[in-house]
Amino acid sequence: MHPVDGPFALTLRQDNSERLYCLNSHAEQAGLHCGMSLADARAFCTDIVCHPARPDLDARFLVALRRWAMRWCPWVGYDGTDGLVLDISGSAHLWGGEGALLANIRARLGTAGLEVRLGLGCTRGAAWARAHYGTQAEQPLDTLPVAALRLDDATCTALQRLGLRTIRELSDTARAPLARRFGPALMMRLDQALGHMPEPVTPALDPPHYGVRLTLPDPIGLVSDVMAATGRLLDALCAKLHAQGTGARALVLTLRRVDQGSQQVELRLAAAMRDAARILPLFERGVATIEAGFGIDQLRLEATLTEPLAAQQSGLGAASKAPDRLADLVTRIGTRIGLENVRRFLPADSHIPERSFLIAPAAHSAPATGWRSGQPRPLHLFAPESIAATGPTPPARFRWRRMHLHTARAIGPERIAPEWWFDDPNWRTGMRDYWCIHTRQGRRLWLFHTPQTPGWYVQGEFA
Amino acid sequence: MSSDPAPSFLLRAARVHEVFGAGATAFATILAARMDGAVLWVCESWQADALHPPGLAAMMDPARLLLANTNTQTDTLAVAEEALKDGAVPLVVIVITRALDLREGRRLQLAARAGNTTGLCIIPEGMGSNAAETRWHAAPVLDVNRSDSTLMRWEIIKNKSGTTGAWHVRWDSETRHLHMVPPTGDRSGFAGASG
Repeated sequence: MHPVDGPFALTLRQDNSERLYCLNSHAEQAGLHCGMSLADARAFCTDIVCHPARPDLDARFLVALRRWAMRWCPWVGYDGTDGLVLDISGSAHLWGGEGALLANIRARLGTAGLEVRLGLGCTRGAAWARAHYGTQAEQPLDTLPVAALRLDDATCTALQRLGLRTIRELSDTARAPLARRFGPALMMRLDQALGHMPEPVTPALDPPHYGVRLTLPDPIGLVSDVMAATGRLLDALCAKLHAQGTGARALVLTLRRVDQGSQQVELRLAAAMRDAARILPLFERGVATIEAGFGIDQLRLEATLTEPLAAQQSGLGAASKAPDRLADLVTRIGTRIGLENVRRFLPADSHIPERSFLIAPAAHSAPATGWRSGQPRPLHLFAPESIAATGPTPPARFRWRRMHLHTARAIGPERIAPEWWFDDPNWRTGMRDYWCIHTRQGRRLWLFHTPQTPGWYVQGEFA
Repeated sequence: MSSDPAPSFLLRAARVHEVFGAGATAFATILAARMDGAVLWVCESWQADALHPPGLAAMMDPARLLLANTNTQTDTLAVAEEALKDGAVPLVVIVITRALDLREGRRLQLAARAGNTTGLCIIPEGMGSNAAETRWHAAPVLDVNRSDSTLMRWEIIKNKSGTTGAWHVRWDSETRHLHMVPPTGDRSGFAGASG
């Protein structure tokens, strides 16, 4: 999107109509305002340029701006969806006073291409009022309109009907009738703005960052050296994970070469882990495939996926070691064939043979019990294979997979009806009568007959 | 009838064995049922739907089974070697689709010895490796007396350190026990007593 010189607005779909979400000064001069419907805005200003708003991206930008704003003071919080509030107590003198600080903020954000409204005050309320309604950053609070007290629209209108237009007029009025008429919220906002009531700034907490890096004075190239460096990084990372009570599920090791190229080793773990001695050997396979070129001089290790991992009491017998060993093995196999390809069976609640079990990645599921033991079920199950036979009784002899088989014993039928609430194309042929056929050749097969659309199929083989 | 299986049925631990025939999966499952702990089943992904866990449940708890689905046989062997060497699982079942050469078979043997793990390759007929400790042919047999029978004929056709032989066995899914059964011809005397 290129910057535009003329009227420009961002639109957002609200209450079933496109409305202006944000607009530039040209558009404001043309008489448009936020919340106006786009059709009206087009009527007022025919050459307006519009673009859909993305509040999610705005929020992400605000997060980045908040981190950057910590350059001026360490105590930065959010103010609504479009503002930041900085508690500059004790840090203004580092910038040469409050005025110089404001000038610095304005200059730096201006360089970044941002148009901002700044307000400075002894209280959070006063700063908000000046930022939103003041014409200059240190305008006296008394002269500002009552809307600058962060009141809702209904209260503002009611106050104006009473003739109370500015904050001075409001503070000069007797408090008791106002509190009776408008409730405690109005007096609280006034007190907060004037400093009679405290209102702290809550700094947003940075999410813990699980990344460590190591820069080397001389490039390294041997696998053993890289593993030793990785070991150091792992120690630092695991200490961090331990302090936060989390464990890593996925790790990325980035190796930067002297010639600026970088390579990554990804490691996904079968269970959350923060034991450096156990994680390090798992990197061996990935590190061995790295092309070191002229040498590696920077390593960066990041835990890209973490999970809460409670501290565990150690030394309670060897029993607690076995799941760990198995999880390590699954991880090691997973580095070769992909962690999602190590799977386990889970029981499912269905009488349809194909849907009586699930296959889930072992790393993301726990072993489950509850296998139903009713009718005997085959050891192998495959897609139904048609055989030539007619009639509702099992054939005395049939041909299956190029074998001539003779029925010696037929056990059945067991009727299984399709689940009508699922439209399964494999079950379009209707209900099935399953038979266990013992053949004279030895094989024990699972056949079914579909009475609604006559046909015989082989679907499984017993042990 | 002997309810205690012959000692030769206990495959020698820390070795890789081979089995083929229509009853190979049942052979592997019964072997897995007789061990404790998790069992790793390595096969290529296109074979993954072959096992039916409700049927498996008659012999062993399907929760003990871990499946590793690979893309190629090279991956299958690498995963099997890793698991055999690690020793975290007592049994690794490897489904083979093409014949192993001596080097691959020997590597599996060495890995099994290093990890003290038993390996079992399910092979297509006639694709045995010279490195295998034993090779079995497992085939289901018709049991004229019992309708719920799982009578099978297990024949050992190659044995590096012992003799060969053939046995008729039957798995009892209630007691979870393997019974040895005399071959069909000699059984007229105690058809009524069996069961």
